[in-house]
Amino acid sequence: MNEWRRERAAREARIEAGRAQVEGKAEGKVVPADRVVALLEAILRPGDRVCLEGDNQKQADCLARGLVQCDPARVHDLHMVQSGVVLPEHLDVFETGIARRLDYSYSGPQGARIARMLYGGQIELGAVHTYLELFARYFVDLTPNVALIAGVSADRDGNLYTGPNTEDTPTVVEATAFKNGVVVAQVNEIVDRVPRVDIPGDRIDFVVEADKPFYVEPLFTRDPAAMTETQILIAMMAIKGIYAEYGVRRLNHGIGFGTAAIELLLPTYGERLGLKGEIATHWALNPHPTLIPAIESGWVRQVHCFGSEVGMDRYIRERPDIFFTGADGSLRSNRAFCQTAGLYACDMFIGATLQIDLAGHSSTVTQSRVAGFGGAPNMGSDPHGRRHPSDTWMKAGREAGGVGDPSLMRGRKLVVQLVETFGDGLVPTFVERLDAMELARKIGLELAPVMIYGDDVTHIVTEEGIANLLLCRDADEREQAIRGVAGYTEIGRGRDRAKVEELRGRGIIRRPEDLGIEPLDADRSLLAARSIKDLVHWSGGLYEPPAKFRNW
Amino acid sequence: MIDRLADPTSASWYEASARARIDGLLDAGGFREFVGPEQRRMSPHLPLFDLPRAFDDGMVVGEGILDGRPVLVAAQEGRFMGGAFGEVHGAKLVGLLRAARQRKPAAVLILFDTGGVRLQEANAGETAIAEVMRAIAEVRALGVPVIGLIGGRAGAYGGGGLIAGTCSRLAVSESGRISVSGPEVIETNRGAEEFDSRDRALVWRTMGGKHRRLTGGADAFADDTVAAFRAAALNLIGRAPAFDLATLEAEQARLEQRLARFGDCREATEIWSRLGVNDPAAVPATTASAFDALLSGLGETTHDAR
Amino acid sequence: MEKLSFRHATPGPLPGRKSQAITGVVASGNLEILLERVLEPTVCTVEIETPIRGYGDVWEAVIADFVARARPGGLRITINDGGARPDTVSLRLLQGARLMEV
Repeated sequence: MNEWRRERAAREARIEAGRAQVEGKAEGKVVPADRVVALLEAILRPGDRVCLEGDNQKQADCLARGLVQCDPARVHDLHMVQSGVVLPEHLDVFETGIARRLDYSYSGPQGARIARMLYGGQIELGAVHTYLELFARYFVDLTPNVALIAGVSADRDGNLYTGPNTEDTPTVVEATAFKNGVVVAQVNEIVDRVPRVDIPGDRIDFVVEADKPFYVEPLFTRDPAAMTETQILIAMMAIKGIYAEYGVRRLNHGIGFGTAAIELLLPTYGERLGLKGEIATHWALNPHPTLIPAIESGWVRQVHCFGSEVGMDRYIRERPDIFFTGADGSLRSNRAFCQTAGLYACDMFIGATLQIDLAGHSSTVTQSRVAGFGGAPNMGSDPHGRRHPSDTWMKAGREAGGVGDPSLMRGRKLVVQLVETFGDGLVPTFVERLDAMELARKIGLELAPVMIYGDDVTHIVTEEGIANLLLCRDADEREQAIRGVAGYTEIGRGRDRAKVEELRGRGIIRRPEDLGIEPLDADRSLLAARSIKDLVHWSGGLYEPPAKFRNW
Repeated sequence: MIDRLADPTSASWYEASARARIDGLLDAGGFREFVGPEQRRMSPHLPLFDLPRAFDDGMVVGEGILDGRPVLVAAQEGRFMGGAFGEVHGAKLVGLLRAARQRKPAAVLILFDTGGVRLQEANAGETAIAEVMRAIAEVRALGVPVIGLIGGRAGAYGGGGLIAGTCSRLAVSESGRISVSGPEVIETNRGAEEFDSRDRALVWRTMGGKHRRLTGGADAFADDTVAAFRAAALNLIGRAPAFDLATLEAEQARLEQRLARFGDCREATEIWSRLGVNDPAAVPATTASAFDALLSGLGETTHDAR
Repeated sequence: MEKLSFRHATPGPLPGRKSQAITGVVASGNLEILLERVLEPTVCTVEIETPIRGYGDVWEAVIADFVARARPGGLRITINDGGARPDTVSLRLLQGARLMEV
């Protein structure tokens, strides 16, 4: 036996064992749903690295339920390497000993339970990654032995149609299939011919017809009816004080209400400022329903997506000039490419956070929740590998105080935090010390889970004004600039009033009145859509919102 | 769409406060409030529960002019305690209706926005509901139409739904809902299989403005603007039925006929289909003007009953 | 409920003739403000009822900033709070002052 083919031989043995379990029941690569447990027990080995695909949108939930039912005597000590820890089953496997070690990126809804299990020692944590970081490690030291993925449909040869939520699938399959791993795909239906081939069949070893369609959550839908005057005021300041000021054309938005308000102000307030075509033309963004009015008004040139959004499929299909779509007409998303686009090809990231400290470090971790990062740290960081100039990037670079020969100057990516000074329940956004540090101490993490490091943040926008951290020349100025927009929080009330006024004189802090904005004009009538129903009208009836967002 | 937003008469009824609705509904400048906020007639009960009070207890009442004619008007603030009837809140409406017996205005307008009775002062609230219904009957008997306008966040639920049933005429918008038991109450008592309160499309199909209008439960359908509600109110005042035995018998006959015809339907769309709507599934998405066109082609949506 | 009250000296009367105005709604995260022109022009009082205890110093700071900015001489201001954040309080106070300046 050739020394160089051990992995290949092991892969063939797993596949043979898998086939034996479904003998006589499989049709081509297709395995019936009731054989999932037997199949998984046959192909998995103790200690395997396993990616159980959990994306933002698309969940391999049928395979997750199967994995939980495996016999821990046969399948144990798995090392889960997946971006999203989203379903209860993703953590159930750690309670039974089926899995032991975890490397992941994002755990929104499971954030509290993951914190408890880390604290209780049930999970051995590798690290909490950003998406690109985890994807990168798939190709270096976290290559999966087995990938359990999800798609919409497959044919009997395993050719896979992922649907609009392609997301992580190509990356996971690339790393697994080309390095002697086994790939199992669950699909909603088996078809004679898939609408388009997102993953060629020779990379898929088994296809499971799921008992029910995979679960999708509308994560990116923000109901305009819930937008407040404060959020509108902040959005007005951002448009006038940052988008217009720096001529930001290429950008990524977070998923909060603040950035959704900006999307809804482009065709109204932005139009009034004469900014159409000058800002916000090229996007790395999920298909946010709140972007529909800007698209319909001709603001948006193109949008590349990480994944899709529930209810947007028909609309996207009818707007192929704007979105990336396949020959079949449906959206083609790709998380790895879109994250890369957000990192290298966008001049600005703007989004919300839960806590900001006096150095500008921000975190979405609270003492009892480990929400993970997802992609924000990739978007919200200044890429040192960037080499192409743009006016926005160069202007920010100059403000950061570039010295020496201009042709040797680095630009700066704009990384903007858009926050209200108080969050829900009067919890202050600005703090002396991030909860993330306390959490790291409690569960023994070497690094506190900081979402965006202070030295990457260029601006903080609150209802009190804009703090331009690029212009701050030392740590003290930075602290006072942050205090200066922290409003009535303890941090804000602890400001040095004279210093803050001096910073205001230098344009480091800009109040609404400095920007020519009257806070009392921040009215909901400025929103291009004030309800989900308005968004449906804007889309010409093409947007089909999920039931929970309807009031008709 | 941008032009529409710039037009002040297009202000959303659903989003407007009780006071803003009154301002937009009546002729400019003519509103005079009774028991205004400066009198601070607030709930005596809410402080016992450590709950904040409102200066007007969520009910604004007064007199004004509508298209040149005097009217009395009451508006509930659906965002304060869900527009629920408490002691002061209810007493203000009862008082207004009793004043109508003497003043004989061109109409009494009730701008509903309520989830029903306020739990913290339920006895007073229930009593108020009964008193309001009696007072409405007395006012109508004197020939003064009582017009209900329904298009707020809270709808017209519980006792509010009962009171709405005693009005001369009702105008409703798409977002308006009229019922007695709310979706959550039905689900709690009969299970999610009977009524899934989170299926909002189902809630609106069953209790929403379009359904109520299609089955004759409401007499006018208004777009969600203050201007549209003003137009609807004017139109309804002009065609309010008499309050006599013939009207009540016609209402009884209408309801009996409705039960006989639709009693076995499991879904609102089945009712719409029997009414002669060609594409019932498309109804929720139709615009107000398309919906008006649909109504004009159907028989039973307009009647002389109540 | 926590009751707070503040009294500020003001340089002169708030411009305008309106005798009374009300703005906002008592709802979660919101508040209503009643403004009445009933005091000496060199005084402004603010009375607050709030279900959220322990934020007296924040209210004090918000009211002081509002008085310095709007100079609401002669006004008796009464607030029913539903748990509004300071920025919402500031916004409503300024809205109220603007209504009185008509």
